[in-house]
Amino acid sequence: MTKEHGTGYGIYVIVWIALLVLTGATVAVSYANLGLMNVAVALLIASVKASLVALFFMHLKFENKLVWTFALVPIFFLLLVVGGTLSDTLFR
Amino acid sequence: MGTSEPKAVSGANPGEHAAHASPAVTYEAAKLGIWTFIATEVLLFGGLFTTYIVFRTKFPHMFHADYVHLNRVLGAVNTVVLICSSLTVALGIAAIRKGKQGMLRLCLVLTILLAAGFLVIKYFEWTEKFAHGLYPGTDVFFSLYFMMTGLHGLHVLAGMLVLGAVLVLAGQGRFSESYHTPVEISGLYWHFVDLVWIYLFPLFYLIG
Repeated sequence: MTKEHGTGYGIYVIVWIALLVLTGATVAVSYANLGLMNVAVALLIASVKASLVALFFMHLKFENKLVWTFALVPIFFLLLVVGGTLSDTLFR
Repeated sequence: MGTSEPKAVSGANPGEHAAHASPAVTYEAAKLGIWTFIATEVLLFGGLFTTYIVFRTKFPHMFHADYVHLNRVLGAVNTVVLICSSLTVALGIAAIRKGKQGMLRLCLVLTILLAAGFLVIKYFEWTEKFAHGLYPGTDVFFSLYFMMTGLHGLHVLAGMLVLGAVLVLAGQGRFSESYHTPVEISGLYWHFVDLVWIYLFPLFYLIG
């Protein structure tokens, strides 16, 4: 990576529009009764939105491996916490 | 920053160079610092998300009966408000990277106003719940709802204070094309606050 110049306004506006469209989509889907699929779709859309925010607004796409490590390690620990807890509570 | 730092010329005291670290090095260090802080925040909210998952799997009927009391439209409006505030922060950073101080100040003002708007809508939502006799002590669902949106609201408030401080510094002309670390750092924090809401919104308002 050289300097972080060059990133114009355009990409942010595109990401912003994508986030608005996805918000509209997740609200629209929530009115349909799809059972457990509602949960899956809502979480999938939320994760796509979160990825867009992290990659572009938080500049992760333009960062080096060290910053990526700092960003991903807490997610690993979060999965560990959730997985570890559920492995107990689901099988009591 | 792939560029390797120039080697310390004085072989006698290699530590001397680090004491006069270049702005690029201090910027990288500050960035890793805020990402570390965000890591602690992920696990702070993570504990609550874990609690949510545990109780959702344990009391699915309670969650299904309760989530209809939340106002989906207001939740969606607040999502849009936060997404817009993330855009204005991102645009502000892009502006100061080009040295445009006026644009940065405008973006910061808009961000703080949007953040205030979010909290005002949240206030109306909460008072409406209270008016209907729905309190944190009502049941596990509302306990989690008030706890998680409340903790998130505190983060929005903290973000407003931080961005306000950055706005004051920007007003004093402290930032330029070559130095704007506080803008970048507070911006990363603000995007994280948006990120948390991106998950809170569907979990409480959309899925029952």
